Amino acid sequence: MRHVLSVLVENEPGVLSRVAGLFSGRGFNIDTLNVGPTLEKGVSLMTISTHGDEQIIEQIIKQLRKLITVIKVVDLSGTKAVEREMVLIKVHATDSSRAEILRIVDIFRCKVVDVSIDELTMEVTGDQGKIVAIVNMLQRFGIKEFARTGTVAMKRSMQF
Amino acid sequence: MELTGAQILLESLKQEGVQHIFGFPGGAVIDIYDELPKSSIQHFLVRHEQGAVHAADGYARSTGKVGVCLVTSGPGATNTVTGIATAYMDSIPVVIFTGQVPTALIGNDAFQEVDIVGITRPCTKHNYLIKDVKELAHSIKEAFYIAASGRPGPVLVDLPKDVMQARTEFEYPKTISMRSYNPNYTPNRKQVKKAASLLSKAERPLIYSGGGVISSEAGEIMTRLARRFSLPVTSTMMGLGAFPGNDPLWLGMLGMHGTYAANMAVNNSDVLLSVGARFDDRVTGKVNTFAPRARIIHIDIDPTSIRKNVNVHIPIVSDCLNALTALEEEMGEITGVQWEDKHSSWVKTVKGWNQEHPLQYETGPSGKVKPQYVLEKLYELTKGEAIITTEVGQNQMWAAQFYKYHRPRTWISSGGLGTMGYGFPAAIGAQVANPGKLVIDIAGDGSIQMNIQEMATAVCYNLPVKIIILNNSYLGMVRQWQELFYNKNYCATCLDTAPDFVKLAEAYGAEGYLVEKSEDVVPVLNKVIASPKTCIVDIKVEPEENVYPMVPAGASLTEMLLV
Ligand SMILES: Cc1ncc(C[n+]2csc(CCOP(=O)(O)OP(=O)(O)O)c2C)c(N)n1
Ligand SMILES: [Mg+2]
Repeated sequence: MRHVLSVLVENEPGVLSRVAGLFSGRGFNIDTLNVGPTLEKGVSLMTISTHGDEQIIEQIIKQLRKLITVIKVVDLSGTKAVEREMVLIKVHATDSSRAEILRIVDIFRCKVVDVSIDELTMEVTGDQGKIVAIVNMLQRFGIKEFARTGTVAMKRSMQF
Repeated sequence: MELTGAQILLESLKQEGVQHIFGFPGGAVIDIYDELPKSSIQHFLVRHEQGAVHAADGYARSTGKVGVCLVTSGPGATNTVTGIATAYMDSIPVVIFTGQVPTALIGNDAFQEVDIVGITRPCTKHNYLIKDVKELAHSIKEAFYIAASGRPGPVLVDLPKDVMQARTEFEYPKTISMRSYNPNYTPNRKQVKKAASLLSKAERPLIYSGGGVISSEAGEIMTRLARRFSLPVTSTMMGLGAFPGNDPLWLGMLGMHGTYAANMAVNNSDVLLSVGARFDDRVTGKVNTFAPRARIIHIDIDPTSIRKNVNVHIPIVSDCLNALTALEEEMGEITGVQWEDKHSSWVKTVKGWNQEHPLQYETGPSGKVKPQYVLEKLYELTKGEAIITTEVGQNQMWAAQFYKYHRPRTWISSGGLGTMGYGFPAAIGAQVANPGKLVIDIAGDGSIQMNIQEMATAVCYNLPVKIIILNNSYLGMVRQWQELFYNKNYCATCLDTAPDFVKLAEAYGAEGYLVEKSEDVVPVLNKVIASPKTCIVDIKVEPEENVYPMVPAGASLTEMLLV
């Protein structure tokens, strides 16, 4: 099963390779990984999406907690969480297809961030499902470039 | 007053109570060596950096203190890796200081530069590259704290040369607190109560103990608990010595070369109390047939050990000493259980297995010395009071089986990594830490050649370590597998070209003895035990002797091959 982990770490050199090395050394999977500074100086937040059976996920969480530079690990999968990922997609666009592409952009509430004679670049934000869906919709026009940030996620305030 | 980085390092070591370090110099650490003579710390010059780490490790295992070593950058640092991995696998507190090229050159492929922090990341508990002399004292304090606390382990501190030369005000932190590292020492009382209640209902209880009992100094309380509540005890190889090997409740080691009684007891027990052990594959055999009838209580300070290999019913994350203390209290409060009566038939059954198939060996047709005989005699002559270190292979298994360990920290052996070449430098470290004690390395003819250069270290510092080579002219343990599972294809395991170990001992200024007949074993051992010098005893043993019982890799514990 897919799990999204919020991992708060000390922001020091090597911390990323400690985490990445843990996953590769023990044969765990990383599907996406996102790192950025938090509002607290010296602390970064990693969001890791991974998959595995219950016992593997339990090991991943425990092993992460065991790393000296890891401050806190939260598994968001058991909770109500907001999950977002941003993707930049550059598609091939001709005079005959541009209108159709823009309609899709509209439906998915994406933003066009760059245009040229034969290309359109858009910014898509959403959860995994939305990203899969828009990729499916755009594939037939020809996706020329594709860049995604990896998931970031947060527990919802109200857990019901 | 301002001190240089080198001075800060040595002052910090003093503050940590370090008296002895093991090391080998080089360009990147000359500044430290330049200060060393002014310090009260005694330095032992090894002949290979691997030896320095094993010596620090043996020092740590024999005392419980943190072992310390110091090496130069580049090849000095890479030579420590096997030693570090050995300490890591067995959770031994060691702090390794490595020299590094000046900070301005890091990343430039400078002379003798390696990224040792990168290399050792997966085999240290933690490591540091010190980029600013102002961080030095604090990082050293953390390094010692991390190495010794929680589940112990090696910590490496990489010291660029310019940081050793830079100056700053020295103040050693008195305490340390880390928001990201707070090992949990105390057990959850509810879990302990549950465990006590489960044990009170057990018909066939068994203690399965491991290295955690040694490192948390819980041997005494475990022994009291076992005797008071009449619980038979087996242990992993790492746990030997925690429970007296001459106690009637002792079943011997379990696992691949465990005793028949221990493996049968695991198979039949209904409650298994696992203390400071981690269900390693060499212990469990085929894991889904391990302890099939038992409900398992698992005490371990490391949460990752729990449910890693085996599903347990009552996990208790705690230091073993605290958990067993609490468990004894809780069990003491349970009334109406006549523990001894209740377990008497189980204890009888277990002892019956021991009589049915004790550890034994046959005297072979060649009339050659039996390696097991050597260990039996050594046990008798030393009354179980020696510190025994081992190399790896058959020698190690016979030493685990046929010498009985009465006390914690008298058995010192590379368990998790199985490092050939470990035993001798570890013996040097143990001897440095225990000057009056008899320290013996049980060696194989293969393993001893992996760190034989440390003979110079032992002789140089008058360390009367005894090396007993069980010389079978084979890489015996591998040969045993070839014999049993590979049609006797003895490829690359015959060691017929070997040095004359007696001459070799003499060449280093030590004493050498050759034993070829059984009747010479006792007289020579007596002579060696009494000798104040470093000694090698080369005992030509039965070449194709095997270690039994043996559970083939991947088989269940009950599928033992017996003598
Ligand atoms: C550094 C290292 N290399 C290889 C091995 C694999 N190995 C395990 S036991 C063994 C044989 C050891 O031979 P020896 O020291 O003569 O001991 P014996 O088994 O003959 O008692 C070998 C090669 C190892 N454990 N460590
Ligand atoms: Mg041999």
